[in-house]
This record gives sequence, structure tokens and C-alpha cells, in this order.
Amino acid sequence: MPPAVATDRDLRLDLFRGLALWLIFLDHIPSNIVNWVTIRNYGFSDATEIFVFISGYTASFVYGRAMRERGVMVASARILKRAWQVYVAHIFLFVVYLAEIAYVSASFDNPLYREEMNIFEFVKQPDVTLIQALLLKFKPANMDVLPLYIVLLVGFPPLLWLIMHRPTLALASSLILYVLSWQLDWNLPAYPSGQWMFNPFAWQLLFVFGAWCGLGGTQRLARFMRSPILLALAAVYLMFAFAIVMTWHVPGYAHHVPHWLAEFMYPIDKTNLDVLRFAHFLALAVLVVRFVPRDWPLLKLPLFRPAILCGQHSLEIFCLGVFLAFAGHFALVQISDSVVMQVAISVLGIIAMIGTAWLISWYEAVEGRGPGSRRKPPNADLAGGEA
Amino acid sequence: MKIWVWALIGTVAHATAASAQGNDACAVASHLVVAEAALPRVAAAIAKDRDLRVSVVGTGSSTLPGANGAKMAYPARLEAALALLFPGVAVKVTAAAMPRQTAAEIAQVFPRILVDAKPALVVWQTGTFDAVRGVDPDEFRTVLEEGIVALQAGGADVILMNMQYSPRTESIIALGSYAESMRFVALEREVPLFDRLAVMKYWSETGTFDLYSESKNLDTAAQVHDCLGRLLADLIVAAVKLAEPTKEVR
Repeated sequence: MPPAVATDRDLRLDLFRGLALWLIFLDHIPSNIVNWVTIRNYGFSDATEIFVFISGYTASFVYGRAMRERGVMVASARILKRAWQVYVAHIFLFVVYLAEIAYVSASFDNPLYREEMNIFEFVKQPDVTLIQALLLKFKPANMDVLPLYIVLLVGFPPLLWLIMHRPTLALASSLILYVLSWQLDWNLPAYPSGQWMFNPFAWQLLFVFGAWCGLGGTQRLARFMRSPILLALAAVYLMFAFAIVMTWHVPGYAHHVPHWLAEFMYPIDKTNLDVLRFAHFLALAVLVVRFVPRDWPLLKLPLFRPAILCGQHSLEIFCLGVFLAFAGHFALVQISDSVVMQVAISVLGIIAMIGTAWLISWYEAVEGRGPGSRRKPPNADLAGGEA
Repeated sequence: MKIWVWALIGTVAHATAASAQGNDACAVASHLVVAEAALPRVAAAIAKDRDLRVSVVGTGSSTLPGANGAKMAYPARLEAALALLFPGVAVKVTAAAMPRQTAAEIAQVFPRILVDAKPALVVWQTGTFDAVRGVDPDEFRTVLEEGIVALQAGGADVILMNMQYSPRTESIIALGSYAESMRFVALEREVPLFDRLAVMKYWSETGTFDLYSESKNLDTAAQVHDCLGRLLADLIVAAVKLAEPTKEVR
């Protein structure tokens, strides 16, 4: 029996990915009072790190099994098919974005915002805009995660093979690529200028680390993770990050951070997955692994069921979340932006995400390929929680 | 069900409208205007020369359209406010608004502005168009840093002013990383930041101004700019006080 792969799915992954999807949805609604609850306000990393790490973990878990059972070619084909699905989903969301700016541009003529109206140029020249979007170079606000995921998936087949055969080498190569991308400023170009908001050469580290953990890395790290020194370090680092982030939220406190420390820390680069962000995610992970064991009985509680359901259908729910965030913001602008409305939209959005996840699960169960069915269907990536 | 929802929305809308009858429109956001760095050159110009020349350089949001646009825009309002705050000092604010220009493009005119206007203070308003164009955040940061160094070397203090809060375009223009860059650069180079984004957002949230309006009407825009000019003047006063903590500036 290969010790690397667990026999059943780790519900913690689904739970935290589901929660990350909710947080990403909330963060994508601008000026929403409810997004004060999201973790980005209390530390360096945010829900994106959780999402990318768990996506790597589950991808290696699902496709690793496919590679072992069906061979390299079949597993690679499935991964690329998945990348294609994500691409199509991204283009769908792009159309929603275009619809929104086209609608807003038709009536918006406030003289205060002449400069902001330059964004409407993109609808005025659809030839360029559409082609650049299809090439994944033009990526509007909040639409940067899926292109990153597409690139990570396209590069995943050889990497998966490497993780299964030479796990340490795979992790080391990933780290080297990360360092090189920092040293040599590697990134993919964007339109109309600049580079990708999530640099795939840097963010792959988190995805590969997740994939490495999914194929036995967690067992290799188990002793290390139990160390009380590590736990203490993680806790201290989280408190440090919390204190720093608080100085950003309170006007007039930013200069209380010692100059040498500010010089060292800032800017905390999201594009290139700053080491401080990565470390913050690791510290969170250390605490979670410590206090939420894999066989935690509470994981089976109905209370956690909604988040787990969402986490098991991450692509659909992620896309729905981006769409709902657009729709939610639209409602705030058109109807009312009061606090009651903000809370209502946040709650309704999450309910819609849960309802959809439930519906997908129900459909899969009816079709006989759900998490409940024992036999693995050929289409592994859509069954029993996707990659 | 539907009726209930509309009733709820109606109540909420009514509550919002009621709170909009603000009294001192500008002052509600004054806690967001904090001088985190001093303006020594401005302090010297006021104390020694009794002459304060300010240049505002920025994009389209540093002016308003129409024949009287420039008079109603915040640079002109800043001049009026400074003249009241520093009696006996000759205050002159010149504005160069360059719509559709990135920070890098605006920085190119700095040498000319330093020579022509000889300002003690340059208010550098930027960020929006860089966000629209998706300029590389690293590049944006470098341009800001180099621009500040160049202005200071040319004998001017600098205030950075970030973007406007624009609720309708909020979900389609990603300002986040650019606003962060400006905050970090201000901190690092020790120049004051006028956080226009936070101030206007606060006005919108408290109902001081209706920033959701789609209409061409200039009234709200003019009031917003008047407030921005006055708050900017307050920031300058506070930062001048930081430069000479022992001396009463007013």
C-alpha cells in the first residue's frame, strides 16, 4: 500500500477551502462592512494563499491517484481538461465584467469622475480587449486568480510525476524557481501594461508545496509539526503580523513601526508572494494542523457541512462567488449601500453559494458519481470533491 | 415577500437620506487627515520669506470640467484656505492637471515645474490612471520614490495624494495595490500622504456627499473639491507644525 496517499478525503481541506471561497467572495465586494471579518485584515496573508495551497494539495491527491492507476497520459489529459474548464469559466466571468462596465458606462457622467471613466475605453475597443482577454493578458479587477490556476494546472503534469518519484527534488526545484523569479523579475506580461497580478513563477511555490504535502509531505513533516517550539514561533509571528497590520488600519499609527523594520518589511508584495505572506500562511497552517486534527469529531457536525460542500466544488463556487460579488456591488450601487444592505448581500451571497454546492452534490449523487458512491468514476476530477 | 423586501429597502434608503443632512461637511473626515511627516521647506518659506508657492500636479481628478472648473477645483480652494490660515503670507497655488497620464508621465514634467514655479511644496496627486492601465506596481513604486527624491533635490517638499473614492467604478478598477504602494512610499520617504481615498469613502459612508450620482451636475463635485482643498490645507498646517514644534505657526 502506498503510504503517500490517504484512503479517504481529508475533510479539513474541504472545510478550509470552502471558508476561503466565502472570504474571497466577501473581499471581492468593495466597501462591504462584512469583509472586516476576513483574515486579510488581521495578518499578511489572505484567503488566496489558502485557496492555492489546498488546490495544490487536492490536485496532487486526485490526479496522483489517476497517474498511479491509469498512467501518466490519462492523468495528464485529465489535468489539461481541467485547465480548459477553468479557462472557459474565466472567459465567462470576463463577459460578466464587460457587461457590467458596458452598463455603467452608458449612464455614468459624474464630472467628479472624469479620470475614472477612462476604464470605459475597454468597451470602446472590443477588438483589442477581447483578444487580450482570450490571451489571458487583460485581466480586470478581481479576475486574477483563475488565470494563475490555469497556468499552474498546465504546468502540473510533469511536476506531478516528479513529486511522485522525487518529491524532495520537486520541492527544491519549485523553491529555486521562486527565488529565480524574484532575482530575475520573471513574470508574465499583462495588457494594457504591467505584469500578472499573481506572478505564476512565484505563486507556484505554494501550489507545489500543497501538492507535495498531498502526496506524503504531511507525513514527512508530522514530527516537525508537533514541535512545541514551532508552535510558539508560529503564534509569535501571527501576533507580530497582527500588530503590524493594525498600524495600517488606524490613521496616524503607521509611523510607530520602527524605521529599520519598515524598511525591511515593506512593501509586502502580493504579486510575487512575499516571503512574509508565505510565512504567515505557514504559521496559520501550523496552528490549524495542531488544533484541528484530521479525525476531529466536530468536522462531522452539520454546522460545518455548508463550508465543506462549497469546498468540494471549488471551481463552480469560486466562479459563482466572483459573479455574486459583481452582482452584489451592483445592487449596493443601484439600490442602497446601507450597512443593512451590505450584511444582507453578504449573507444572501453565501447562502446562494451553499445552495448551489448542495445542488451540484445532489446532482452528482443522483447521477451516481457523488462523494457518497463508493466506485470511482472515470471522471475523477469532478467526483468526490474536485481538484 | 417582495413587498417586505421593498419596505426594508425603503426604510434603509430613508435612514441614509436623513443622515445626509450633514452640518460641517468637511470636518467629519478630519480624523483621517494626519500629518505623519514634516514639511521643513514649507515651514521655512512661511517663516523666512512670508511667501508660499505650491504646485499641484496630478491627473484629471485635480480639476473639474467647464469654464469655471479650475476655480472650483481643489487647488484653487487650497489657495483660498491657505491664505486664511497663514495671514500675511503671500500664498500662490498653481495647478497642472494632466488627464490620462500615469505617474511616470507626470514625473517627467517635474524639472520644468521646479524651474517655472519654484514651489516650496509639490502636491503630487496620482494613482488612478496607473490603476486603469494596470501599470506594474513595482514600477509605480519606483517612479514615486524617484519622483519624490527629484522634487526634494529641487528644493520642494512633497505631499502625496492618492485616488478618489468612486463607488460606481470600485469593483471595476482595482486600486488596492496602488493605494498601498503610495502609503508605503510616503512612509518610507517620510512625506505626508493626503488619503483622499479614505476621506471620500468616509464622506460617502456617513452620507456627507452622494458620490453615487450619475448626473452631470457639478454642485456636489464643487463641494467635494472645496472640502478637499480645506482638508489639504489642514494637513499642510499640521505638517508645518511638525517641522517647528516649538514655534506657533499661525
